[in-house]
Amino acid sequence: MKWDEFFVTGDPFIYAADASIVFTSIGIVFVLTYYKKWKWLWSEWLTTVDHKKIGIMYIIAAVLMLFRGGVDALLMRAQITAPGSEILKSQHYNEIFTTHGTIMIIFMAMPFLIGLINFAVPLQIGARDVAYPYLNAVSFWTFFFGAMLFNISFVIGGSPSAGWTSYVPLAGEELSPGPGQNYYLLGLQIAGIGTLLTGINFLVTILKMRAPGMSIIRMPMFTWSTLITMILIIFAFPVLTVALALMTFDRLFGSHFLTLADGGLPMLWLNLFWIWGHPEVYIVILPAFGIFSEIISTFARKTLFGYKAMVWSMVSIAGLSFIVWVHHFFTMGANAVVNSFFSITTMAIAIPTGVKIFNWLFTLYKGRIKITSAMLWSLAFIPNFTIGGVTGVMLAMAAADYQYHNTYFLVSHFHYVLISGTVFACFAGLYFWYPKMFGHRLNERIGKWSFWLFMIGFNVCFFPMYFLGLDGMPRRIYTYEWADGWFDLNVVATIGAIGMAIGFVLLIYNIYWSFRYAERETTGDPWDGRTLEWSTHTPVPFYNFAIIPEVSGLDAYSRMKRDPAQEKKKEYKPIHMPNYSGKPIFMSVAFFISGFGLVFEWWWMAILGLIGVLAMLLLRSFDYDDGYYVPVDEVERIEKSYE
Amino acid sequence: MEYVHSDNGKHDAPDTPLEYQSETGRLNILGFWVFLGAEIALFATLFASYLVLVGRYADGPTPGELFEVKGVLIETFLLLTSSFTCGLAIHEMRRNSLKGLIVWLGITLLLGLGFLGFEIYEFVHYIHEGASLTTSAYWSGFFVLVGTHGAHVTMGIAWMILIIIQLVQRGLTKQTTRKVFVASLYWHFLDVVWIFIFTAVYLYGMVMHHG
Repeated sequence: MKWDEFFVTGDPFIYAADASIVFTSIGIVFVLTYYKKWKWLWSEWLTTVDHKKIGIMYIIAAVLMLFRGGVDALLMRAQITAPGSEILKSQHYNEIFTTHGTIMIIFMAMPFLIGLINFAVPLQIGARDVAYPYLNAVSFWTFFFGAMLFNISFVIGGSPSAGWTSYVPLAGEELSPGPGQNYYLLGLQIAGIGTLLTGINFLVTILKMRAPGMSIIRMPMFTWSTLITMILIIFAFPVLTVALALMTFDRLFGSHFLTLADGGLPMLWLNLFWIWGHPEVYIVILPAFGIFSEIISTFARKTLFGYKAMVWSMVSIAGLSFIVWVHHFFTMGANAVVNSFFSITTMAIAIPTGVKIFNWLFTLYKGRIKITSAMLWSLAFIPNFTIGGVTGVMLAMAAADYQYHNTYFLVSHFHYVLISGTVFACFAGLYFWYPKMFGHRLNERIGKWSFWLFMIGFNVCFFPMYFLGLDGMPRRIYTYEWADGWFDLNVVATIGAIGMAIGFVLLIYNIYWSFRYAERETTGDPWDGRTLEWSTHTPVPFYNFAIIPEVSGLDAYSRMKRDPAQEKKKEYKPIHMPNYSGKPIFMSVAFFISGFGLVFEWWWMAILGLIGVLAMLLLRSFDYDDGYYVPVDEVERIEKSYE
Repeated sequence: MEYVHSDNGKHDAPDTPLEYQSETGRLNILGFWVFLGAEIALFATLFASYLVLVGRYADGPTPGELFEVKGVLIETFLLLTSSFTCGLAIHEMRRNSLKGLIVWLGITLLLGLGFLGFEIYEFVHYIHEGASLTTSAYWSGFFVLVGTHGAHVTMGIAWMILIIIQLVQRGLTKQTTRKVFVASLYWHFLDVVWIFIFTAVYLYGMVMHHG
């Protein structure tokens, strides 16, 4: 391979990206060196096993990915606004819609939610960390380096271009030769390891590490949604692992699972992909439901309406999510009975989801509603998500789906559920828990501007797409003709996209502004919170709780505030904490090296990386580091410093 | 996976087996059960993929032409026996006998190596007969399903060697017994998977598709 094949060349956008990567890297290195922050970075962040810091790192990475995916989206809008424009070539356009989809689902939505879960759930259940802090770091770093592997594809070797669903035979060796598709396979595989470990980690954490008195039906709703999501991860992600492995074997080692020749079965990919893929969309929506439940209940200043109905509806959504996957390919020629079955199961999901919508509305009913930025995102979620849900039921009708299939109607539908569901929840959760994370609130005024711009922009962008779809505009086309008549609505959509972009920029500006000027938070409970995370200090001490709280019912912290007599002064005890470790990041770097070798079929490098991974596992096996105890006087000293 | 730090007042449980006495031990064992749940999903997907590819032989040989009862039975007996000896190892561990534990673990390891040897021999034989990963969809499915199981056995053997070294270094502690117990769960799981492979791949391949 020559160097000009190794690096992507010939496109001014890519040269601009190259330059920005180089300058950003130099900038980061300079700042870290100038302020002598390398040691701090290494010993406080890169080696951390603290769930709060890992959560924050997840969120930072997710925001960066949101930026990257958002730039992809704007480039697509720029190209598609007017007929016959030549801003992007067709291959480049294909690459961009592929990376946009993959990054937004795998490297933005999931890590953003997992970041919020990491930060909030252990605090909500009154624990000092997760069940396996070391594995938690492994989860983060495998996600991070999987994401990096996927992202470098656009400057080194070329990006995948077969869509985020990567259907064969298009994604196969013959029609997509070269490293692009390999990046997709290896990047997702490495990040998938981390996701599975997160699933196991948080399932055990929630089952086994709740504070005394917090029975399973006294858990906050966000914790419940996390528990159910983790079960989905544990059973769905191995399917993706296998699907990716089969395609990797086909492409790298010449097997015939998905090929057209020698008995391969392309439909096997579609089935496996969506057996994972449909639970996956619930993996990114159930935690969102949990976040909205917490926020709506907090700012309506009422206990969540219909707690048990909320839980059971999530359980039934999770169960149904495994038996609806064929609705992603109704038009692929399954018979009427099969399509009818999956049509009915799909429509059935609207029932528990509807129950949840009404529960949120009834929580608001007669509440003393306080409008904050977090609450605005949550309130906007209800009608917008309902539009996405109703169009989902339209798509679920197999016969009608032949009309909508593969058009902008579908594009609009899933953006309505994923943006007003997941993205709104990420923003809402960020505003909500931000004071707990960083010790100050985000500015409400900027926050509200950002909200209105983004929310209106979102509707202006995606609502016209329903009509573009009904007018027959197919998804994933890089250009069209004047005679098609899609110009007007595409202009409207692009204007909306610009609104969303400004909303996002304002959010980032808000982070900067609030860091500089916002009033520092001292109470630890800025919103009159209802759950345990608000009962500890801000910023949260590394051990979370000096004394593990005792829970007497739902909305544990509200109860404590109503009845302060319960809060007896207890004796401090030594606190057992885990040590930080550099192994997770080293192991993930080894995974990255191995993955990079496989992408280019440089076997020596792949094997070298794999040896690195095994070496880290071996070192870990002989590592009997049992953590350490924080002595009582140290705890006393830290607790005093908050007074 | 060494840490405990919930202060839930359920720390030590002295009347339980050593590996369950610390909270870390209990958490790690439960976590491993959950991991085995994910492994079941993984193997179920591989089985499903294999089964839909049955009959897709392209120009390659059929399993009925290549499978031989003898080799498969030897593999089966070696692996099933190793599961039994692994159980004996845990029994010795519970009796607090370090020596008995190491001996039975060693035997388990040798049986596992024997299984692996026969499996590799079987694979090489098939490749000589013109059935490899690249021959047809069916053989891709065969090699990846059975090979994934074989790779798991290999990992299990390497893992057990590391644990035996740690047992020699440290004796029976809450941590080493936990490691042995978790590895034994893994080993039994591989045995269960093999029973399904024996049935769905070999018996089905020989009986249902003979000739």
